[in-house]
Amino acid sequence: MFKWRTNDFSWVDFTIDVLRIIIVLGVIIGAWNTLSSGHISFAQWVNLFAAGLSQGSIYALIALGYTLVYGILLMINFAHGEVFMSGAFSTVFLAEALNRTGFLNAQPLLAILLMIAFAGIISMTVAVLLERIAYRPLRGSSRLVPLITAIGASFFLQYTFRGLYGSGFKAYPGVQALQGSISLGNISIPVAQVFVFCSALVLMLCLYWLVERTRIGKAMRAVSENKEVARLMGIDIDWVIMFTFGVGGFLAGSAGVINGLFRPQGVNFYMGFIPGIKAFTAAVLGGIGNIPGAMLGGLFLGVIEAIGPNLVLAGLGIPGANQLKDVIAFTMLVLVLIFRPQGILGERLSETKA
Amino acid sequence: MKKLGLVLTLLSLLMAVGLPVAADGHCMDELGCVEVGPDDPIVVGAMLSVSGATSFYGEDSLGGVELAINDRDGMLLGREVTLVVEDSLCTAEGGQAAAQRIAADETIVGAIGTTCSGAAQGAMPIISEAGMLMISSSNTSPSLTNDDTDAGGTYLPGYFRTAHNDLFQGAMGARFAIEVLEAASVATIHDGDPYTEGLANVMGETFVELGGELVFAGAVSKGDTDMTAILTEIASRSPDVVYLPVFVPESEFIVSQAAKTPGLEDVVMMTADGSFSLSFAQNTGIAAAGVYMTGPYVSGEVYDDFLMQWEEEIGGQPPSGFHAHAYDAANLLMNAVEAVAEESDDGTAIIGRQALRDAITAVESYDGLTGSLTCQSESPYAGDCATGTALAVFGITEMQVNDGEWPPEVVWDLSMSMMES
Repeated sequence: MFKWRTNDFSWVDFTIDVLRIIIVLGVIIGAWNTLSSGHISFAQWVNLFAAGLSQGSIYALIALGYTLVYGILLMINFAHGEVFMSGAFSTVFLAEALNRTGFLNAQPLLAILLMIAFAGIISMTVAVLLERIAYRPLRGSSRLVPLITAIGASFFLQYTFRGLYGSGFKAYPGVQALQGSISLGNISIPVAQVFVFCSALVLMLCLYWLVERTRIGKAMRAVSENKEVARLMGIDIDWVIMFTFGVGGFLAGSAGVINGLFRPQGVNFYMGFIPGIKAFTAAVLGGIGNIPGAMLGGLFLGVIEAIGPNLVLAGLGIPGANQLKDVIAFTMLVLVLIFRPQGILGERLSETKA
Repeated sequence: MKKLGLVLTLLSLLMAVGLPVAADGHCMDELGCVEVGPDDPIVVGAMLSVSGATSFYGEDSLGGVELAINDRDGMLLGREVTLVVEDSLCTAEGGQAAAQRIAADETIVGAIGTTCSGAAQGAMPIISEAGMLMISSSNTSPSLTNDDTDAGGTYLPGYFRTAHNDLFQGAMGARFAIEVLEAASVATIHDGDPYTEGLANVMGETFVELGGELVFAGAVSKGDTDMTAILTEIASRSPDVVYLPVFVPESEFIVSQAAKTPGLEDVVMMTADGSFSLSFAQNTGIAAAGVYMTGPYVSGEVYDDFLMQWEEEIGGQPPSGFHAHAYDAANLLMNAVEAVAEESDDGTAIIGRQALRDAITAVESYDGLTGSLTCQSESPYAGDCATGTALAVFGITEMQVNDGEWPPEVVWDLSMSMMES
């Protein structure tokens, strides 16, 4: 900071420093105003934090798909939000059926595992097909081409699923076992949120184990380092790339079901768009290509979104603070891109990779 | 004054009906005529949001229009009716684009649409300029029928709607909250859409005029799923009633999450016709029981028949709450075409455009699916055909949530109000 005090004064650094100071002051003043007015109690802050953490863990699961694909192919799969939608939207029908037969409430854990597996497989299939049909033929072309293809694929998937299941909104049935809340003094946190957080954590640990401890994980890391050398080492890189898309798809599909247990409403063909964008933001926040970064970025984004509007924006007297939730998310993205382009946990990419 | 206006419009209607065609089959209408040859179809336009996140509103209205056409076996003036659907999305640009395509087609007698009030703002100048007319089944923003540009009004001749003006609906919500719920304070939530914002503002203002207190006026954005932040903020102001005239699925998220927000468990939630559908009750689950809704008073045998017909011809259930308005809008248009069309000697039907507008303005006490329709011509209700009498407050109960009964029971309407209107 304060580089302008040294001899090599530059207006760019100066502007960035001023920006830093304004933002830090804004956050401090806003937070101070809100906290000193005291109209939101400590218990309510804890609730907001917990909700943000659960929402964030869903962002994290989707963000992993972006980051895995980026790590291996250096491309942004903008259709990943639709991969999430395909699993979530398809499984709502399974969930309704399980609810009608009573299985959902008789054996909640088994039913949820079944739903996660189903959604995961659907999303995995969509992701693998996407890679095989839309991306692989374009692998050698310039970096913009697969990006535009991804956007086209995204529309294609949206309208395919609209054609399949209609344009109305659906909702996941409530699971009785997840209805209550856990009380600690005057703080009460809904069981559903705890469940969401824990199951997302388990999935992320599984992924970590897969990438760090298995043969295929080693192959994925090798392909991400250098495709040509990996090929010379006898790794079937087409298969590894397909596998990576599949893993990302499975995580996105399971995120769809976990999201449905926590935010049951709003299931339709368009539901993947905003979570997709948010998860992409989370992946960039954490450092795209970096797996723990995507997890951290997701959680961070969820919490900032939940707490930010009430803490900072309302304190600064901005009207309609909650409408600006997305503004907070994307301001974070801009800030990260300005101050730490490689993301929170990202490493500086070497010339050849970037 | 109102009577005088009516007499004048009737007079002008008579003149217009009498005068679109001279003896030699020449069009005499000041805005021009649609000329339909003996074997040509009558073309009805539609500017609806049939793609994107709001497509279910467009599809809902489209179904209503299709059923209205099917009711006549697809025939009008002894000719086939063709429906041209343009996608108006839910934005001003989308409305503009759709209106340009409609206006470019001179065979179109008039258009049903738009779906969103925002799109109407883009479409109205083009339709009006082209001498055409549009009848919306779901625009409710007060500005659209207000011609006072200083007050934000955008009304232009040729615009009509069968959806009710928010001025009726918002005020009705406020009265219900004060008179029946005996609420002293209210919090309002909109989602940034001109429709929901207008409704929330009218409700808040009326509530304050009637002696209540507005403790919070906030907004969420479309696509939000996590409402904890705004609900926590509202809980800290402890209102008696939360008024959320937003669309599904945001309303579903708000209501279901409010039931789990400490401090809001027992606060009465009120919503409006953006959420007026069975799927709202079923998707929200048990938290929806106890929610009050203002919405169109469509019930009874005629409506049941309509739903049966929907199931047979379109399949399933209407995806939202504006299909009946669309059905009425299409009928208003087709009735007007029938009333003003003149056959010339060679069998060409000549339909005066000004005559069409006048014929719709002259509609009085038309018995539609959404109640009695009387089209008005004076700002702030210029082009409003719904009178607000067809609105009611409905109470959602477990009957809707668990048993899927629809529509819910009417708990109140303006005739039960103790105040002067």
